[in-house]
Amino acid sequence: MTSYIGTATSRVDGIAKVTGAAKYAAEFNAPGLLYGSIVTSMIAKGRITRIDPSAAVRVEGVIDVLTHENRPPMADDDNAYKDEVAPLGSPFRPLYDDRIAFNGQPIALVVAETSEVARFAASLVRVDCEEEPHVTDVNRDAAVPVKSPTNPFEALFAPPKTRGRPEQALAAAAVRHAGEYYVPIEHHNPMELFAATAMYEADGRLTVYDKTQGVQNVQRHICSAFGIEPEDVRVMSPFMGGGFGVGLRPQFEAVLAVMAARALRRSVRVVLTRPQMYVLGYRPAMTQRIAIGASKRGTLEAITHDAITVTSQHEDFFRQETGWSGLLYTCANASYAHKLAKLDLPTPCDMRCPSAATGVYALECAMDELAVALRLDPLELRLRCYSERDQNNDRPFGSKALRECYRQGAEAFGWNKRNPEPRSMRDGGDLVGWGMATGVWDAFQAPITVRIVLSANGHAEVACATSDIGTGTYTIMAQVAADMLGLPLENISIKLGDSSLPQSPVEGGSWIAVSVCNAIATTAGAVRDELLRLAKQVPGSPLANIAPGEVALADGMLVGKGDPSRSVSIADAMRHGAVDRIEQEKTTSPADDPARAHNTHAATFAEVKVDDELGVIRVTRVVSAVAAGRILNTKTASSQILGSVVWGIGMALHEETLIDHRLGRVTNANIAEYHVPVNADINDIKVIFVEEPDDSNPLGVKGVGEIGIVGVAAAIANAVYHATGRRVRDLPITLDKLRL
Amino acid sequence: MINFHYARANDVTDAVRQIGGDANAKFVAGGTNLIDLMKMDVERPTTVIDITRLPLKQIERTPDGGLRIGALVRNTDLAYHPLVEERYPVLASAIMAGASQQLRNMASTGGNLLQRTRCAYFYDTATPCNKRKPGSGCSAIDGQNRMHAILGGSDACIATHPSDMCVALAVLEARVHVASESGDRVIPFADFHRLPGKTPQRDTDLDGGEIITAVELPPKGFAANYTYLKIRDRLSYAFALVSVAVGLELDGDTIKEGRFALGGVAHKPWRDQQAEAALRGRPAKAATFARAADALLRDAKGYAHNTFKIDLARRCIVRALTQAARGTPQSQSSKKIV
Ligand SMILES: Cc1cc2nc3c(=O)[nH]c(=O)nc-3n(C[C@H](O)[C@H](O)[C@H](O)COP(=O)(O)OP(=O)(O)OC[C@H]3O[C@@H](n4cnc5c(N)ncnc54)[C@H](O)[C@@H]3O)c2cc1C
Ligand code: SF4
Repeated sequence: MTSYIGTATSRVDGIAKVTGAAKYAAEFNAPGLLYGSIVTSMIAKGRITRIDPSAAVRVEGVIDVLTHENRPPMADDDNAYKDEVAPLGSPFRPLYDDRIAFNGQPIALVVAETSEVARFAASLVRVDCEEEPHVTDVNRDAAVPVKSPTNPFEALFAPPKTRGRPEQALAAAAVRHAGEYYVPIEHHNPMELFAATAMYEADGRLTVYDKTQGVQNVQRHICSAFGIEPEDVRVMSPFMGGGFGVGLRPQFEAVLAVMAARALRRSVRVVLTRPQMYVLGYRPAMTQRIAIGASKRGTLEAITHDAITVTSQHEDFFRQETGWSGLLYTCANASYAHKLAKLDLPTPCDMRCPSAATGVYALECAMDELAVALRLDPLELRLRCYSERDQNNDRPFGSKALRECYRQGAEAFGWNKRNPEPRSMRDGGDLVGWGMATGVWDAFQAPITVRIVLSANGHAEVACATSDIGTGTYTIMAQVAADMLGLPLENISIKLGDSSLPQSPVEGGSWIAVSVCNAIATTAGAVRDELLRLAKQVPGSPLANIAPGEVALADGMLVGKGDPSRSVSIADAMRHGAVDRIEQEKTTSPADDPARAHNTHAATFAEVKVDDELGVIRVTRVVSAVAAGRILNTKTASSQILGSVVWGIGMALHEETLIDHRLGRVTNANIAEYHVPVNADINDIKVIFVEEPDDSNPLGVKGVGEIGIVGVAAAIANAVYHATGRRVRDLPITLDKLRL
Repeated sequence: MINFHYARANDVTDAVRQIGGDANAKFVAGGTNLIDLMKMDVERPTTVIDITRLPLKQIERTPDGGLRIGALVRNTDLAYHPLVEERYPVLASAIMAGASQQLRNMASTGGNLLQRTRCAYFYDTATPCNKRKPGSGCSAIDGQNRMHAILGGSDACIATHPSDMCVALAVLEARVHVASESGDRVIPFADFHRLPGKTPQRDTDLDGGEIITAVELPPKGFAANYTYLKIRDRLSYAFALVSVAVGLELDGDTIKEGRFALGGVAHKPWRDQQAEAALRGRPAKAATFARAADALLRDAKGYAHNTFKIDLARRCIVRALTQAARGTPQSQSSKKIV
């Protein structure tokens, strides 16, 4: 039975959020709470020779200043700091030793009775450093090929194997395009500052309210870094004001809050400042070269994709940046190369659709350029090389309704009225441009455990340690539980964001919706089976000899699917069984299905208007058509796509982390100077979900948190070309690059 | 951020007495610039004197037919004041092109004049900056200078003044009324902001012991033929790459008087006598505008990242003069450039 799944159910936590009842990591209080303020390095690389906290310590209200010299003991083995999604290498450890690995690195924590005193005293800590030469600019010559994977997680990111003979095929192709594309470093800039409040309990145990996308990941990290037992640390993150990937790995605010709480045996809160948010992870800058060879008919002969991405000196962060180019379109010959530029910067991390947002940007601009070379409509080119099979692994897709995305998106946009000639369409003094691009992302599923406790009064509590990073996880979990248990939505309470709850992976990769919702369905099935066992014991039970598969839960009853008159209420079954609650906990794992590829797809169509003298660009319309399996909640899913499109507009036109490479320092570390779109930059955005039946998991669900951004920047870049005849290949497309 | 004392001034006499006696004191009005700079450790006043209760919130007609704007009039109140909208629309438009609604609701007239540059190095105490720390060097000249000056810069500093409102005030030839313990004086707008020269730490002609009490507008408001055109990296809530305020007085198709000032290109709102002379008595058409633009930009100098501004400024000037001449001023709500 489904009555909530697929509807535009409003967020179950919406009222709590808008009334302020929902509490975030920096809003939890404890008696005698102390405040930590972080001191950061002002050089990019070197060694701390002297750190003098005396002036800070003398300030009234300062309790202590923690540095690498006086901190409590921490593990010295890299493995102790590895987390669920850690890349190859040696994870950063705050206040560990005198080494400075990046500018803005935390090097001391001032703990005081108020946050104001802590911040003032932090400005008094004197630090002397011995500077060493640093490099923060991509140095192509020094880039090294990515290492071979050592485990299945890393294997996801290894460039696919070469197929065919791409160099020869390229040389022989009738029409060729090659281009170099650049995406700068970008930061996530969530609204909520990273923060942790570590509550020191009377018995020495810790409850840590942290801003994180993975409470259990943080809990394990803290336990192994400080040698604490899991039962002595509980990590909570009930709400999150935006994560976008920067909260996947444990961040230093949590480590520092715990460090101070343990050192001082007091509760401590650490909140980052906005500039400090720019030394968390970031989207790695990417320079890439794509070459495509095609026949005159517009079928692809060869594609090569070479990329260099940025990482830190201490860790090799990279994702599948190049492989999308060989996956998406039918093409017999393909090769990929991926190198890392190791720089004196913090380690990058996942940021909404990591790798696809940047790699597919280049591919989809290159396809547009190829279409121009072929004198072919860009949408028609995509249809001519449409692929029904995953080209990299030569296997079918679980489902792929991309063709329908193209069709419905083009129709909603009015694509067929496009004049192919650049600079041909006008609106007064504005040049009008229409561009399109394809998007693709993985449809992952991960092992996860859900516990359901059903009470005789028809209320159920559904628990899992996952997070709701603002996407609507609370809501879809409640919808699925309500449908599967046959209860009204109000009777479901969701517990998440608590490390003591059943196991969950970090909330990322768009895998939580599919994973947790299928686990809810499975666990609800176990609850139903248990209820049926009890119902059969009711004297004269109408369900006496019915099989579990033949009953469903509906309206507080167990009902025969074939014969609704055969039913027993939940209350009766439990009363006769002399139980007042049924508890079930089940783990689901994704079906091992290597024979099929699992992806989401999208088609984005964008209109820009460009002032023909001044080069001011306005994105006046965007249509995003998405194929992502069954949509659990049309309202929250649309919001995900809308937000992604807005972000894609920012990627195309605004976003760039500026670094002064002489100083190795970010120069726009605030959201006045780091530009993201504002309301004035956003006009009409239409989201379409196309039907896409999929049997890869029982609910037929794929994630929608990321797919919406892929292709948006390319669609806009292509539209800008169509409007102006200018091809800008390095993002963001600011008006000075147009040189009209 | 350092610890500081909070003091409140009751009237202008009290305010100038307090500031006169304390070289490390600062006034705070809307606080939208000062508090940010204090948090970044750039401004380090030991006393902050709150002047928000001073009776400087009136907008009054002056005997000569102009307008006197109290220093504490909020940017929003000024932009929406009926007399300003009707008689000085270029000022209303420039204010609406700046910052965000929330900031304009807090920001004061006096504070807007005294807001400091947005040069990133000025804001970051880890970097050399002559304006913040005289003699330490200018990080921008050989560093990131996309937002920086193309006119009037010096070897010591190439920062720009970020205000939009002031660009319109320059065109309107406003007068700044200031008071101090040693008396009152009036500063013509053109003399209020300084060029960096060898002392970029000094943004204005204002003395440490002085308070701005009012900004006075002369009667001439150019309400018929004006515009404020601002070009920036996103369509709102960003500082100008280049902005142009224009006021024209036309006699048929002939320009009787033409004034225009540029924002985002220099250490102060930039006007040029020679460029305006190129408008006087000439037909209001593209060729005239282009000559005026070339005159204004004759000494423009670009740096590694901002050379594009010279050509952009030229195009903006022509476009803005065209908008003003046609009587189709740029709207600040519709982002389409008319
Ligand atoms: C994110 C952001 C974006 C912005 N974008 C823009 C923009 O696009 N365009 C634009 O024009 N502006 C912009 N602003 C700047 C804004 O206009 C100024 O911060 C504001 O006008 C300052 O006014 P205030 O009253 O808040 O000044 P305060 O911060 O209170 O004071 C600023 C300075 O003036 C002094 N002062 C204040 N009043 C007096 C007085 N009466 N006499 C003597 N000294 C005085 C103070 O001591 C201080 O030194 C932006 C600001 C921010 C934070
Ligand atoms: S341009 Fe001026 S404000 Fe900027 S770094 Fe140079 S001296 Fe400082």
